[in-house]
Amino acid sequence: MKKASVLMMIGSALLLGLFVFPLWNIELGAPQYPEPLGLNIHIDGLQGQSEFDIQNIDGLNHYIGMKTLPKPEDMWEFTVFPIVIGGMAAIGILIGLLGFVDKLGPSWFFGWFVVMTILGILGMYDFNAWMVDYGTNLDPNAIMKLQNPDGTPMSYKPPLLGHKKMLNFDAYSYPRLGAYLMFIGMCLTLFAGYIGGKTSTKTTKSLTKKMATT
Amino acid sequence: MKKIYYVIGGLLGATLLYMGCNQAAGPNTSGALASSAAEKVYVAPGEQDEFYAFLSGGYSGNLTVYGLPSGRMFKEIPVFSQFPTSGYGYSEETKPMLNTSFGFVPWDDLHHPDISQTNGELDGRWVFVNGNNTPRIARISLETFETEEIIEIPNSGGNHSSAFITENTEYVIAGTRFAVPVPQRDMPINEYKGNFKGALSFISVDPETGRLDLKFQVLMPGFNYDLSHPGRGKSHGWHFFSTYNTEEANTLMEVNSSQNDKDFIAAINWKKIEEYVNNGGGEKMATNYAHNIYSHETHTGTSTMKKEVVTVDPTKVPDAVFFLPTPKSPHGCDVDPSGEYIIGSGKLSADLTVHSFTKMLAAIEGKKFDGEAYGIPILSFDDVMAGIVKSGGLGPLHTEFDARGNAYTTFFISSEVVKWRLETWDVVDRKPTFYSVGHLMIPGGNSRKPFGKYVVAMNKITKDRYLPTGPEMEHSAQIYDISGEKMELIYDFPTHGEPHYAAGCPAELLASKSKKIYRLDENKHPYAVTNPSEARVERNGNEVHVYMSTIRSHFTPDNIEGIKVGDKVYFHITNHEQDFDVPHGFSIIGQNTSELLIMPGQTKTSVWEPKQVGVWPFYCTDFCSALHQEMQGYVRVSPANSNIDLSWSLGGE
Repeated sequence: MKKASVLMMIGSALLLGLFVFPLWNIELGAPQYPEPLGLNIHIDGLQGQSEFDIQNIDGLNHYIGMKTLPKPEDMWEFTVFPIVIGGMAAIGILIGLLGFVDKLGPSWFFGWFVVMTILGILGMYDFNAWMVDYGTNLDPNAIMKLQNPDGTPMSYKPPLLGHKKMLNFDAYSYPRLGAYLMFIGMCLTLFAGYIGGKTSTKTTKSLTKKMATT
Repeated sequence: MKKIYYVIGGLLGATLLYMGCNQAAGPNTSGALASSAAEKVYVAPGEQDEFYAFLSGGYSGNLTVYGLPSGRMFKEIPVFSQFPTSGYGYSEETKPMLNTSFGFVPWDDLHHPDISQTNGELDGRWVFVNGNNTPRIARISLETFETEEIIEIPNSGGNHSSAFITENTEYVIAGTRFAVPVPQRDMPINEYKGNFKGALSFISVDPETGRLDLKFQVLMPGFNYDLSHPGRGKSHGWHFFSTYNTEEANTLMEVNSSQNDKDFIAAINWKKIEEYVNNGGGEKMATNYAHNIYSHETHTGTSTMKKEVVTVDPTKVPDAVFFLPTPKSPHGCDVDPSGEYIIGSGKLSADLTVHSFTKMLAAIEGKKFDGEAYGIPILSFDDVMAGIVKSGGLGPLHTEFDARGNAYTTFFISSEVVKWRLETWDVVDRKPTFYSVGHLMIPGGNSRKPFGKYVVAMNKITKDRYLPTGPEMEHSAQIYDISGEKMELIYDFPTHGEPHYAAGCPAELLASKSKKIYRLDENKHPYAVTNPSEARVERNGNEVHVYMSTIRSHFTPDNIEGIKVGDKVYFHITNHEQDFDVPHGFSIIGQNTSELLIMPGQTKTSVWEPKQVGVWPFYCTDFCSALHQEMQGYVRVSPANSNIDLSWSLGGE
């Protein structure tokens, strides 16, 4: 159980990597951009992959009527996400600590994992919804108005994961180091729950027996 | 200079024909070889060249940048000439760069580029070039590929033995080709002899900023100082100048200055003279010359007039200046990578004369003098000569070196490149050029570390090599592969202006350091607008200043009213792009200057003096985006006495 609790603490602490490293990256390459323009998505805001990428992406996007990329103050997510991540990391570490001193059982580890998974899915859903809005809610006075073959307006929503061809651009969307650290961290907490459950079965059983006999 | 060669060329026509026949038997006709030559110069689409070559534009006043081995021209860098392509010399910021003591001189004759060195090896920071006609030296940044500094050389005429740099870029050397009265004065020309002087200028280079400073001038006898070369390695601290007209003739020079069997190579121990000057030696002379500096923060050039120069009488500095007798009006004066051999090419000769630096020091030590000229000791020819290359060619001009002990010399009259061995002085190979080759260049061939893979020959006459283009053809350059024992001509390509000399270096030395944008947040131009909201128009009497910004694909503002006939309108335009290779242009109908080409983050100013009432368009000249054609605007010009208020807008706001 001690080992499991340590893993739980390490796992949830890995979430803190998101305060340093980007969660996600969207890259836009085109023939005239041999060095692709890139956008790193952090939990507290957007950053250009190179210094002037945001300005240059905005400059291109105005032709198709996209909104300019949001500043941290423009989106509630950039305020809430750090609180959620920081909070979940703190709670995870606390659970691990209490597990270490045998105050809590491994079911708490699983519980944390389930909550974190649900939050993660919600986050992805929200991220996708933002990209849908960003890629389809276009300025009606846009310079270029392109349509799909069926006559509907073209969407410029980048892919949630993977590659998509958008006009002359190849858009690539992939997780970055922050997301990988979170993923590894969550796996560790799941693993912690698993080995915690295994080692604590015996003690739990003897405890139940003891309680039953008294 | 060309004329003399033509005359001699004519006289020796029969010999030339004979030699031409001999050369026609060369291996260049083989089809298989031709295809392997194509492979050697082929740089596939998207791939990049191995070397940069900076070719002087001669009378174009500019420097051109080529790739080797492809021979593709990448850029023309304006230096001494107005250049409407970018507005250089037309924009208010760059006009000061062409200021001289003679006023605004928007042209020169650019001859010899040389790349900065550290410990005798190319460091790729700057390239220095000379303006021959109105003597000037320019420093070009190899980060921006733009001219950053131009210094005028007083007391000089025909700044030809220039711009060559010492092996730690301590000095740029600028020797006068024409002897002139120093200081200039009204005097009979036929009193030249003994009265004219040849000023050899030593311009120090700040190791950090590259800033130039005319430190001292050595006032030599009134010979013509044709070409020069720094010593290196063991001869570092010395500089060698070839001379002609030691006869000091002043008329019909082609005959009168070719009488002496031997002229000189002047050996100058600049370290000794520097020490003499640092200890207060030399005389301060009143003069007047311009020093122009361009700032990449303010994007503006400033011109300062300097009033004084330190001159040195060479006879007052013991053991600093000597003459090495060299046959037949030596033109080229080249030093091998080790610094031991000084090669004098007698342009009226068939042979090369090689002097030994070690023997020269010994002769000086032993005071083996063969007379003197104006108090300067002449060393005995036999005591300093290391060897003679019996080439059998005609009119040797310039020599460069590979790193394997070979030297390559151009022969103007017999139109060929001759490869020979240092120390054995044997000719190893010779290949024809097409035609009348002047300089040649091996990347790094002017340093202690040549990259001896290619030699580029720069030819004066091009007839029948390319499609005819009227009475004038562009000159041509030819690339030879010199990696083997025998040279192989692998490519030729036209060049712009006169490709007088060139400097080359490996691409990797420069490519990664090349600047991609100017940062807008570092733009300190006094008329810059760093945010479109600051765009405005201000009137000050009849001067109107338009603070304008550009971004794909509009100007801010794009409608301006309240301008009057007789106004002087300054368009100060800041390019707000921060993206590599996205300049914007600006031009307005009836302007008497040129358009502007403004780099990302840069500010440039164009003056427009409207002469006619009307509504006049302006537009972007550099195709910048899908909506480039829409990048335009209007200026309303009202009569001089109208009272329409100044106003400006974008999108009707």
